[in-house]
Amino acid sequence: MADTTPMSFDAAVLTEPRGPKPRRRLSRRNIFLYGTLLLVSVYYLLPLYVMVVTSLKGMPEIRMGNIFSPPVEITFEPWVRAWSEACTGINCDGLSRGFGNSVRILIPSVALSITIASINGYALANWRFKGSEVFFTILIFGAFIPYQTMLYPIVILLRELGLMGSIGGLVLVHTIFGMPILTLLFRNYFTSIPEELFKAARVDGAGFWGIYFRIMLPMSLPIFVVAMILQVTGIWNDFLFGVIYTKPATYPMTVQLNNIVNSTQGVKEYNVNMAATLLTGLVPLVIYFISGKLFVRGIAAGAVKG
Amino acid sequence: MDSSKRPNRLFRNLSAKIASIPMILTAVVVFLGGTAWTVIYSFTGSRLLPKLKFVGFDQYERLWSSRRWMISIENLAVYGICSLILTLLLGFTLAALLDRKIRFENTFRTIFLYPFALSFVVTGLAWQWILNPDFGIQGVVRGWGWESFSFDPLNNPDIVIYGILIAGLWQGTGLVMVIMLAGLRGIDEDIWKATRVDGIGLFKTYTRVVVPMMRPVFVTALVIIASGIIKLYDLVVAQTNGGPGIASEVPAKYVINYMFRAQNLGQGFAASTMMLVSVIIILVPWAYLEFGGKKHG
Amino acid sequence: MNTSKYSVQIRDLDLHFGEIKVLQGLNLDVGEGEFLVLLGSSGCGKSTLLNCIAGLLEITDGQIFIEGENVTWKEPSERGIGMVFQSYALYPQMTVEGNLSFGLKNARVAKDEIKRRVARAADVLQIEPLLKRKPGALSGGQRQRVAIGRALVRDVDVFLFDEPLSNLDAKLRADLRVELKRLHQQLKNTMIYVTHDQVEAMTLADRIAIMKDGKIMQLGTPDEIYNRPQNRYVADFIGSPSMNFLEGTLENAEFSVGSLKLPMTGYNFLNGSASNGDTTIGIRPEHVITGELVGRASVQTSVRINLVEPMGSDTLIYADLAGNQIRIRMDGHAKVRTGDDLAIGIDAVRASLFDKKTEIRL
Repeated sequence: MADTTPMSFDAAVLTEPRGPKPRRRLSRRNIFLYGTLLLVSVYYLLPLYVMVVTSLKGMPEIRMGNIFSPPVEITFEPWVRAWSEACTGINCDGLSRGFGNSVRILIPSVALSITIASINGYALANWRFKGSEVFFTILIFGAFIPYQTMLYPIVILLRELGLMGSIGGLVLVHTIFGMPILTLLFRNYFTSIPEELFKAARVDGAGFWGIYFRIMLPMSLPIFVVAMILQVTGIWNDFLFGVIYTKPATYPMTVQLNNIVNSTQGVKEYNVNMAATLLTGLVPLVIYFISGKLFVRGIAAGAVKG
Repeated sequence: MDSSKRPNRLFRNLSAKIASIPMILTAVVVFLGGTAWTVIYSFTGSRLLPKLKFVGFDQYERLWSSRRWMISIENLAVYGICSLILTLLLGFTLAALLDRKIRFENTFRTIFLYPFALSFVVTGLAWQWILNPDFGIQGVVRGWGWESFSFDPLNNPDIVIYGILIAGLWQGTGLVMVIMLAGLRGIDEDIWKATRVDGIGLFKTYTRVVVPMMRPVFVTALVIIASGIIKLYDLVVAQTNGGPGIASEVPAKYVINYMFRAQNLGQGFAASTMMLVSVIIILVPWAYLEFGGKKHG
Repeated sequence: MNTSKYSVQIRDLDLHFGEIKVLQGLNLDVGEGEFLVLLGSSGCGKSTLLNCIAGLLEITDGQIFIEGENVTWKEPSERGIGMVFQSYALYPQMTVEGNLSFGLKNARVAKDEIKRRVARAADVLQIEPLLKRKPGALSGGQRQRVAIGRALVRDVDVFLFDEPLSNLDAKLRADLRVELKRLHQQLKNTMIYVTHDQVEAMTLADRIAIMKDGKIMQLGTPDEIYNRPQNRYVADFIGSPSMNFLEGTLENAEFSVGSLKLPMTGYNFLNGSASNGDTTIGIRPEHVITGELVGRASVQTSVRINLVEPMGSDTLIYADLAGNQIRIRMDGHAKVRTGDDLAIGIDAVRASLFDKKTEIRL
């Protein structure tokens, strides 16, 4: 596992298909092939479609029509309400607060985790010391340990540090749990850089930090982008750590969304709920559609984490 | 410093060691230490606060006699087996279809993979809405005049876990498809030519030639799916919150309920230790196959 | 210890990777201005030794001196060496000028001085027009010149080359080989050069060290290595096509294999006289005499030709001699066919004798 290069997953997107080529345009086989793919596509696209359609309808229309029909009268009111008025408990200031929290969690978490992991990966690839591989192996196997077994010790740790319930505490948690996969990602990337380059830099008198900043960093932009995609989507989508290590005032967007939609009080406003759900999913979706192949690389690397 | 003397080993490579402190702390203190702490405290009677008052296997006995835990385990088993088989089957089939030099490959891949970018909470809420008995699929079909049609998994304790499975598959198959696609692309083109020359049928080529060649890819996919299954939590919370009643509880949720809601830490620790044990049961044979085998091969 | 006339000295060097002993008890003295080639097949430890000298690998035991100074525990940059790598190892994000000056900037050399040294190196290697370009825009040959330039600007006494020409195509390799030799004559630096290519070794070296399994099998001038290999391994390794070996016995300074008897008159025995026992004789394909000169050889016989390989400049012949297949190198004009009988002569002076058991030269 430690030697699984995420790069090998590039094969999925960067190389030509290898399977047998369908010969005629409209053979029975082709109809079957594209038919199946289209059918499956419907299954995958349906929820997104339903969410969008529902979020653009008024409540009366939802109660009368079916969820698949397009809105007769498009309204953006649910989106506005989801953003600024939806209630969680006694707070009725909408998802904007959760969004703000998520951003305030996301930026330092991504920066800190990538900084630490890239330096770790660099040390593991180029400056091995006695025991470094042992720590790395523990780290990687740690990624497979169910989070549940580490949840409470971290509560104690955060309490001792005075960070329990704060955004800083959650940043630390994300940095810790992002470390295995990111370290693996960077270690494998730095290992793939020819060792002679590192040797040349040492002969040229550059030290640990000199080589990191002057030689390795400028060569590693793509992997930093991959790591960022991985972390931004992962941290944004996190629910478990958010719900455990923050308090209502600092809840990230996912937790607040769940509280809004699954709130047992009041009348269910399905259109507002779907608008809120879409708002929460928007950030990773935008990243997904913009980054394309890099995203595949990122999740394939993240897949090792499981 | 006298350069003819060997410098102290501790100070050699000092920057690298200092830079690795966060990693070492995480690995040793959080991962090793935290896990050991939880395992040790699972043998205590801790309730609101952790206390080192050992009670032997009491927590485990209580755990295995708890109906909620048994339902959780049963749910995880059903969800796990179904999701394992279906994800592999669907993932491989989709990958094989995409690998057949089709047009719009990128578009299809983008469609199959986008749910993976979403949070489980988003997935859970979206499917909660689609499976809504009044307005969702059931309501729509009834609206077409088929009044007796019934499809309400989220409110039926017997099949609620399949309702969650539908959402889980929707989110997770894309990833397995990408992994399988990578595996298929790794197969030498000459193999395809050879099977053509030998006149082996397409289905047979896949089942007899391609799949056996992709064994390592399947193993990787298996491990990924399996470790994902054990972590199943957010999806359930968002989609059913364990309901109706406790019909869709899962172990990860059990742990968190006991640790942070029911203030019965010992139960939570015991349950999480059981999760750890099950991961080890999956992980050890895999690690053995993956790393132990290579030394001899 | 008198270290004045040696540029690089290695004393009892050991290098272990865990259980594996990569280098064992190595001793080596490299003279001032000498061009020493470390030659061997892959895995013999030659590159490892070079990396130890450079300080890129921490040695297990022993000492390394450069210009009389003990540098065993010094950083690579403090050892007074410059190094050229097989893959060139140019920093891709920097221009050629940036590559050349990176080390000097790290050493906080003054700006004017950097400029002067870069200009001089660029002049020596004729890469002035390339200074503003990035390595990606250079050809393989140009890249290797820049890599050499990077060692040059350091103004050091010892240059280390790690298979610098291996990534180049055959023609370019030959050109750069000549250029390296010229550079050495011009700069008169000490150069330690690792290669697996015996042509490079023979043409460039003042002395060659042939390595195997982390040990030096023979250290000598190209002439000594070629003509008087100290053991069977070196004899077999050097020369292409490789040496013919016949196993027989040596008795009263006469080597016999099957019916063939070779009086070793004129052979220069290492310890002055011949001993008796199981012995292997090595004869280079090019030292098997054919044509008009056969009559002058000390031993003459006739062989049946099994196979003819015309190679243009030479013709290689496979034939049976005393029950062994041997290779004979003839002139490219030789008119011979498979099945012909060929008169050959063997000259004891040009042969090599090895103890069959120890494989050491007699």
